[in-house]
Amino acid sequence: MKTFRIGGIHPKENKFSAGKQIQVAELPKQVVIPLSHYIGTPSEAVVKKGDVVKVGQLIGKANGFISANVHSSVSGKVNKIDVQLDATGYKRPAVYIDVEGDEWLETIDRSTEIKRECNLSKEEIVRKIQDAGIVGLGGATFPTHVKLSPPPGKKANILIINAVECESYLTCDHQLMLEKGEEILVGTTILMKALEVNRAVIGIESNKKDAIVHLQQLAKNFKGIEVEALKVRYPQGGEKQLIDAVVRRQVPSGRIPIEVGAVVQNVGTTYAVYEAVQKNKPMIERVMTITGKTAPNPGNYLVRLGTYLSSVVDQAGGVPEGTGKIVGGGPMMGRSLMNLNVPMAKGSSGVVFIKEEESIRKPVKNCIRCAKCVTVCPMGLEPFLLMNQSERNMWAEMEDNRTMDCIECGSCSYTCPSNRPLLDYIRFGKTTVGGIIRNRTAKK
Amino acid sequence: MDKLIISPAPHIHGGDSVSKNMTGVIIALVPALLVGLYFFGLGALVVTLTAVASCIFFEYLIQKFMLKGSSTVMDGSAALTGLLLALNLPSNIPVWMVVIGSLVAIGIGKMSFGGLGNNPFNPALIGRVFLLISFPVEMTTWPRPVPFSAAYLDAETAPTTLAMIKGHFGEIPSTLDLFIGNMGGSLGEISAVAILIGLVYLLVKKIITWHIPVSILATVFIFTGILNLVNPELYASPVVHLFSGGLMLGAVFMATDYVTSPMNPRGMLVYGIGIGIITVVIRTFGAYPEGVSFAILIMNAFTPLINTYIKPKRFGERVKI
Amino acid sequence: MNLIVIALLTLGIIGAVSAIILYFVAKKFHVYEDPRIDEVEAALPAANCGGCGFPGCRGFANACVKADTLDGLFCPVGGNDTMQKVAGILGKTAVTAVPTVAVVRCGGTCDHRPRMNEYDGVKHCFIAHNLYSGETGCSWGCLGLGDCEVSCEFDAIKVNPVTKLPEVDEDKCTSCGACVKACPKLLIELRKKGPKSRRIYVSCRNEDKGHIAKKSCDVSCISCSKCEKVCPHEAITITNNLAFIHDDKCKLCRKCVEVCPTNAIVELNFPPRKVKEESMTPKEEQLVG
Ligand code: SF4
Ligand code: SF4
Ligand code: SF4
Ligand code: SF4
Repeated sequence: MKTFRIGGIHPKENKFSAGKQIQVAELPKQVVIPLSHYIGTPSEAVVKKGDVVKVGQLIGKANGFISANVHSSVSGKVNKIDVQLDATGYKRPAVYIDVEGDEWLETIDRSTEIKRECNLSKEEIVRKIQDAGIVGLGGATFPTHVKLSPPPGKKANILIINAVECESYLTCDHQLMLEKGEEILVGTTILMKALEVNRAVIGIESNKKDAIVHLQQLAKNFKGIEVEALKVRYPQGGEKQLIDAVVRRQVPSGRIPIEVGAVVQNVGTTYAVYEAVQKNKPMIERVMTITGKTAPNPGNYLVRLGTYLSSVVDQAGGVPEGTGKIVGGGPMMGRSLMNLNVPMAKGSSGVVFIKEEESIRKPVKNCIRCAKCVTVCPMGLEPFLLMNQSERNMWAEMEDNRTMDCIECGSCSYTCPSNRPLLDYIRFGKTTVGGIIRNRTAKK
Repeated sequence: MDKLIISPAPHIHGGDSVSKNMTGVIIALVPALLVGLYFFGLGALVVTLTAVASCIFFEYLIQKFMLKGSSTVMDGSAALTGLLLALNLPSNIPVWMVVIGSLVAIGIGKMSFGGLGNNPFNPALIGRVFLLISFPVEMTTWPRPVPFSAAYLDAETAPTTLAMIKGHFGEIPSTLDLFIGNMGGSLGEISAVAILIGLVYLLVKKIITWHIPVSILATVFIFTGILNLVNPELYASPVVHLFSGGLMLGAVFMATDYVTSPMNPRGMLVYGIGIGIITVVIRTFGAYPEGVSFAILIMNAFTPLINTYIKPKRFGERVKI
Repeated sequence: MNLIVIALLTLGIIGAVSAIILYFVAKKFHVYEDPRIDEVEAALPAANCGGCGFPGCRGFANACVKADTLDGLFCPVGGNDTMQKVAGILGKTAVTAVPTVAVVRCGGTCDHRPRMNEYDGVKHCFIAHNLYSGETGCSWGCLGLGDCEVSCEFDAIKVNPVTKLPEVDEDKCTSCGACVKACPKLLIELRKKGPKSRRIYVSCRNEDKGHIAKKSCDVSCISCSKCEKVCPHEAITITNNLAFIHDDKCKLCRKCVEVCPTNAIVELNFPPRKVKEESMTPKEEQLVG
């Protein structure tokens, strides 16, 4: 079975919510829809206080190329446009909407019937995706239309659908594949058309046997789509790792995947593309997993954007006793949340409760130079060395040792027997070195 | 818990720890130790217990009164050093020498550099080489293997296979005896099969990777094979070289010491090949019959250099567009 | 005998040849250095802290010798005395600078600013700052993890373990500015030391609107603009919901300190004021009582 060629770990899977039907979360009383995204410029609000909006109506307009439209996920009245504390505790602009009823825009096709035909041109597809405000749902929330518009002179020859879901605990993509398999395949054909490629591979880790079998069966009716079972290995969901695993091409240092002719899209995104193109439905809801070892009711929920996480968590049985840490996203790359009063954003793939005894880091010891961090690093870096250099502010040396290649997967910190906070320091170094590089290029 | 804990990702840890690794190596050494106890009896027991106990004791003292850090005795590295030292000693060596060896190993070899993780040389080997240079006679008279012997200091002695090769006397033991360990030698180095069992355990538990042991053994095998082909009269066969002396023990347990070996696969291969070549050179052309300890110490000294110049295989290094 | 002679000769010749080569190399690559650089360097405090903006004291000495005037060149560690000496050596005139000292503009001690979560990462302000807003509700305030302490070469700034706020030792602080650069929350400012070390400053950087700021910290500036109105010297301005006292205009009259409802304005090294019962704000009453 294929997998990527350098490093990698296999954390305990703990997929408690696997096979749980996607439940539609209750409509909240108020939603707070963030106008900013993790990447790029925040969108500009196009509604004002007191405006009445419908589900799917545009409320924030993309500001610049790397930015995305934002739509109302509910119908009701705009309460205010204000700041909201996001998961990092810093203030971000957001639109507050008081929910009244559930009235959708007429243009949106809400039937469950699968629409397979798509006669739009490449440009029309990309425009529809851009209008619908679709971003990568794997976590990085990079606007999808940007990825579908390769820079001049570059041409994709393969589309890879990222369905590996290599993070432990999370199951939202898995469940989506089981329930919306055909829609995903239609979405894939649409993306293939937009990219003008005739081959697409859906990469799924082999711990999701049912999804592999299901999609393989369906894929027989679609030209050019293959389903590839991959060995379970973290961080296979990293773009560069996935390309290496599926087509054995390594994206050179500091470049983007299109350099080797590959474009990667998440399955969740693919489904959103299907809905946007075939059903005119903008990005207003997504599936998220609520889980954890002590979670009373682990499951997958279809949640409207802007719903407070606390309200979704309450529907899933609330925060369990003895929770020490709540992670938004997967436990390897997600962020720990200060509280649940944060609105759900496009990139929220899950909420994981971590038991108190597992949340506290163990005491740091001397590096015993066991080289395990080097062995597991999927980018072939030397985390122990980078950490030392970062501690001593040796930025030039860090740059030489390719610190900017680090994908922040956390495999090194996960593995270190001395519990060294490798990634904390590497991230610090990356930020600083990144700043130095930007300054240097700006001067030129 | 009234306050939630915030920390940067990752939020889970694999559960590996220093003591788990050290215990793992100790477990892997058990077969070799058992063979030693079987052939050398009481003497082996006394030497092992003394070495382990005094290493732990010295580490505790130094940590407590000189370094004043939190205690590191519990991580098992001192016990491991003691055990490795014992396995590298003849079983009829007096107790006081074992104690001195342990003091040198822990005090000079390890703690003087700041404890585990900072020592440039393998502490057990420092102890052993110190003893070898200070007490050459005691360190090179090995008892004859007698199952369940109760003799200790008065044990009947026997030369090692390598000494026989070097001096061109005696009859080299059969390959089977070499393999099982029925020959003269240090306490833990005699049985190749026991050490190989340990190696398998280490590999299965992912405590070490294959690079260092395999590269050392392969280099020795190839190098001595060539010499043997050139002149079988003068140079012993590669099989004898592989299974005799401290090569197996050194390649599997001493050279793979985390702290003093290179930190990426390519570097490990260079290091292993270096050890292999130096070992054979000392064995066949040098003054000492055995050279594994020296070879490992010499390559330990090169480890920082190897780490600086040999980098792991980077992702996306080979640009094929 | 013969052997010894040969050996001696060989060594001698090698020595002589090397000496000649070295001589020419030294000649060829000789860089003329103004001897005054050494002199100036000797007059500098040799702290090599970089507070002057040059890499090390020698870099600064070089710059002093090369420059036409000493304008804009100042060694914060040595202060005016050192600059006078340097000026003497070079026959130039030194600008006299008002001595400054580092102040930390955050007053959010543990009892003023409740902790809402527990940080369990590396004890490093920059790393914590990049991750999130901090343990307290105030996203502007001090994280207390001591980047400033680590950056200070003079041992002048220390995080107090009780209040979790750094404190500056005025006598040790050379005003080199290393901590100013180190603090990711931009809390530290170099302010005029003031006569008899008397200083008044707003000990807060919170730019949130008043009610939000107040909620997260008792002693935050809520931009009520009382101080701005009361100041007779127009030394206080309010921008982005935050008051700031300009030290070049402030005459240290202490009127603003009295009116601040949240005690965000700090006065240092003043004698205790005569207590006039009726002029006390309720807050001060509490404090006195
Ligand atoms: S976080 Fe960075 S350095 Fe650590 S294993 Fe992942 S890619 Fe390598
Ligand atoms: S895994 Fe930890 S102990 Fe091992 S080399 Fe890396 S940093 Fe050092
Ligand atoms: S407290 Fe700040 S300004 Fe003062 S000496 Fe220390 S680092 Fe320099
Ligand atoms: S003043 Fe700044 S650098 Fe110093 S402890 Fe506070 S946040 Fe950290």
